[in-house]
Amino acid sequence: MRRLLNIRPRGGGRILLGLVPLLAVALFYLGASEARHAQNAHDKLLPTASAMVEAVKMMATVDPLTGEAPLLVDTAASLKRIGTALVIATSITLILGLVIGLLPMMKAGMGPLVAAIAVIPPIAILPILFIVFGLGEVSKIALIVIGITPVMVRDLAAHVGAIPEEQLIKAQTLGASTWQTALRVALPQAMPRLLMAVSLALGPAWVFLISAEAIAADVGLGYRIFLVRRYLSMDIIIPYVIWISLLAVLMDVALTLISRRAFPWAHPKGGH
Amino acid sequence: MALLDFSNVWVEYGDKVVLEQVDLSIEAGSFVSIVGPSGAGKSTFLRLALGQERPTQGSIWLDGEPLTPEPGPDRGVVFQRYSVFPHMSARDNVVFGLDCAGSPLLGRLTGARRRAAVAEAEAMLEAVGLGDAVNVFPAQLSGGMQQRLAIAQALIKKPRILLLDEPFGALDPGSRLDMHELITKLWREHGLTIMMVTHDIKEAFKLGTRVLAFDKRRRDPQAPHRYGSTAVYDFPLDKKDTVIPEALTRMTAPSEG
Repeated sequence: MRRLLNIRPRGGGRILLGLVPLLAVALFYLGASEARHAQNAHDKLLPTASAMVEAVKMMATVDPLTGEAPLLVDTAASLKRIGTALVIATSITLILGLVIGLLPMMKAGMGPLVAAIAVIPPIAILPILFIVFGLGEVSKIALIVIGITPVMVRDLAAHVGAIPEEQLIKAQTLGASTWQTALRVALPQAMPRLLMAVSLALGPAWVFLISAEAIAADVGLGYRIFLVRRYLSMDIIIPYVIWISLLAVLMDVALTLISRRAFPWAHPKGGH
Repeated sequence: MALLDFSNVWVEYGDKVVLEQVDLSIEAGSFVSIVGPSGAGKSTFLRLALGQERPTQGSIWLDGEPLTPEPGPDRGVVFQRYSVFPHMSARDNVVFGLDCAGSPLLGRLTGARRRAAVAEAEAMLEAVGLGDAVNVFPAQLSGGMQQRLAIAQALIKKPRILLLDEPFGALDPGSRLDMHELITKLWREHGLTIMMVTHDIKEAFKLGTRVLAFDKRRRDPQAPHRYGSTAVYDFPLDKKDTVIPEALTRMTAPSEG
């Protein structure tokens, strides 16, 4: 008998094994929903699949009153917020991470500040953001940026700081200036890690987005689910949550693909 | 005037003396092997020449000028590991040195100058036996081939002196012999001056025209850190005889496989 830890699923078996728990959860839900509807045909807590499909259709069609399809405008608004925030956070991370990781003087100067900001719970400063930036887009984007940037900066700075000293010395013996070393040695090696930091930050970024939208917004995925909560509209909330998860997964997959395509040296064959 | 002069050089970390009273002259065109037990300051000595470290006392002169106290293109280096850039192809690893000199702002040559640099780099790769691997990333190269690449990378800058820090220490015996042939050939053809730290005393005598052995000259049993190492033996090898003096075999640790 082979040891359990030596049995590795391959090819189709691997995909099948991954599908089993997902299908089990779906089946369990459908069974539970069926049971509740057998007792009460108007049950709102566990809507049936057909009710959810109806609700999605309704949300995706143009409302004659507003002239907009809620699902589309919500998605557009949320993606714009999280996208803007990610671009800002990534840019700040790239610059600060490189500078702190590469220059001992900047590490001494900026390290403690970044460490201090990183321990502040971002939601706790949301009131400050609302007071300073108002209830508009800026405070929501600022919340996400403040929430994810410090961790990303520390991660990237640590990664750049871990580039073997031999490489930095070698670059200098090849005549590279600080700028050239940053540009040609540190930056390319930081990029795959930066993309990884972004994909790890996606989870927290969505948390901060939904929180900000729940508190003050008039459009957005988070705004919508907190709005229809008042009517116990699980048939809208559940598809919205699935949609949000799907968007997050797609962003994650896109980042991985970009990294593999753009930085083949960082993904040796057989590795991850 | 010798190429590289160490005059009464001391290196101390706090109250620990690592090197003391190092007075040496390295002649142009020589191949100096540096041996000694672990912790005898061989690598510290090499780092002094590299400019990675400064002497606490004394002075170092390169070509009659005080040595710039940071690494520069006049001194090439090959470490035991991590000498090449993992994110660049073999070709780009070698072109990088030319990029730096020719393009201060972008760090990357373009157009005709790029083509000239690539041709020069490929000729250098050919010379170290990597003519078939120009497009390959270092991770796909064997340890010996990575060291060949590191040497090509250093030589493209035509350094006044080439510093090797246990360059073949991590290689299997077969590739080590190939590398001995290669480095001897390059040293002759390019008229290089080489300083090589090694643990392998046979290698030191086989390759070098001069062997320096670093060790402590005096020991204080109560405070061993208060005396530093210096070059206790200095063998000029006029004829390429490889009779290793017995004192040296006793002093240094057995060579590592």
